[in-house]
Amino acid sequence: MRFLGAIATALLVVGAVGAAEIPLAERRSGYSFMKPDTKTMQDDDTANPGMLWVLNGETLWNRKTSAADKACADCHGNARASMKGVAARYPAFDKATGRPIDLEQRINSCRTNHQQATPLPFESRELLSLTAFVARQSQGAPIETGADPQLAPFVAKGRELYMQRQGQLNLGCANCHDDNWDKRLAGAAITQGHPTGYPLYRLEWQSLGSLQRRLRACITGIRAQAHDYGAPELVELELYLMSRARGMAMEAPAVRP
Amino acid sequence: MLDPILAGVLLVLPGCATAAELRSYAVTGDAIPQSLTGMAGDAARGRALVVERSSTCILCHNGPFPEQKFQGDLAPDLSGSGSRWSEGQLRLRLVDASRLNAETIMPSYYRVDGLTRVGTLWRGKPILSAEQIEDIVAYLASLRE
Ligand code: HEC
Ligand code: HEC
Ligand code: HEC
Repeated sequence: MRFLGAIATALLVVGAVGAAEIPLAERRSGYSFMKPDTKTMQDDDTANPGMLWVLNGETLWNRKTSAADKACADCHGNARASMKGVAARYPAFDKATGRPIDLEQRINSCRTNHQQATPLPFESRELLSLTAFVARQSQGAPIETGADPQLAPFVAKGRELYMQRQGQLNLGCANCHDDNWDKRLAGAAITQGHPTGYPLYRLEWQSLGSLQRRLRACITGIRAQAHDYGAPELVELELYLMSRARGMAMEAPAVRP
Repeated sequence: MLDPILAGVLLVLPGCATAAELRSYAVTGDAIPQSLTGMAGDAARGRALVVERSSTCILCHNGPFPEQKFQGDLAPDLSGSGSRWSEGQLRLRLVDASRLNAETIMPSYYRVDGLTRVGTLWRGKPILSAEQIEDIVAYLASLRE
């Protein structure tokens, strides 16, 4: 009987909850789901629109700001050396707040504490540019986020949020990105949701955007209440996603459809 | 939560404030035999609703909609739904598919309880109205193979 079959399936699925994550050999960046011309756009620095933000970020890196009259470069020197691999470790544990902070928040904490400047708003051109410039220095580096044992409870919290069903459509991130990543949602490839390329240029946005912007879009998509930018929940999700992508290569600034 | 369905008829009385707009319905076996509105739906309106993005159906499903460029493949093809299921069975699948398969990803289109963190725009409202569900049921029932 079809109906009893459905119940048996339901029980099997319940039994499988908490199943293993995608093994490293099967982890696929959103890049691998793209059409050849979009891949070329990402690969070619002269065609990648994200490079405009990276170049702007380099200018800001060297510009003195506010009361302290210090540029990022005055403390950190040449970013190609000092920022190499840094983005591949974020979000990281912040001693001052006892919580994980993402790369944008880390940059803003330098602005407040070391430059005596006001924090840059999330998704502002300046913050995206500085983040893209710093993240670019990790291009090709393997993601290492989550190695710090102090982060463990926050990774666990992020995973819980990732599994939780929410919103009017009552879906969890895992329903799409773990269970259906080989399928299509209204024609769009559903990927494994690895945050390897942020901040990235999305053709749909016609702009660079942060990982938090992407997460808010998925949360609104399932008709749940999107958390405010900078909310602990978004940082915990970022942390879980990055630690879930451990070993994958950083691609910022990536391009996505 | 599956036993009541097997047990036969169950009267669902939506509780308290937010659910006040939902009409009550009776589940028999794996079906809701009676129309939610007491009237038959309109199949032409139902088709228009199914392909409309805001109804969300073809985000996941595909079906006999050659004019629709973007259809999903997370769920069964809707072609021939009316040959496989009765109107009552289709109605329960739309109203609350999770009663038949607790792990389904198909949203419950006529339910407001048991949900988490629903956005303010959508809070306290079912995804579709009773009238819209009846129109879609009428359309799906007309899909024969
Ligand atoms: C006056 C000195 C100073 C300035 C100016 C400064 N920083 Fe920093 N930055 C630091 C120090 C010191 C640290 C180490 C952590 C701490 O104590 O805050 C740090 C840490 C960082 C980190 C984290 C590195 C890691 O390994 O985790 C990043 C990223 C960063 N800074 C980016 C920037 C950017 C971008 C700017 C300019 C907007 C900037 N910093 C301006 C002193 C500075
Ligand atoms: C109904 C399906 C669905 C749900 C549920 C969903 N997403 Fe997505 N997600 C998508 C689609 C479609 C895209 C766009 C295609 C792509 O880039 O993966 C996307 C994109 C992403 C990306 C960008 C991947 C990249 O390569 O840049 C991340 C990260 C992501 N989602 C995380 C999440 C998280 C975290 C949740 C839960 C809060 C979630 N998603 C819920 C469908 C979904
Ligand atoms: C997020 C994905 C999703 C959405 C949105 C969705 N469905 Fe489904 N639907 C499914 C899945 C998956 C099944 C398979 C049965 C199960 O999982 O319980 C299904 C099963 C069905 C069935 C039974 C199919 C069969 O022949 O076995 C019908 C009919 C149906 N859906 C109609 C609809 C209609 C109409 C809408 C929109 C009002 C809709 N669905 C929206 C995922 C979805």
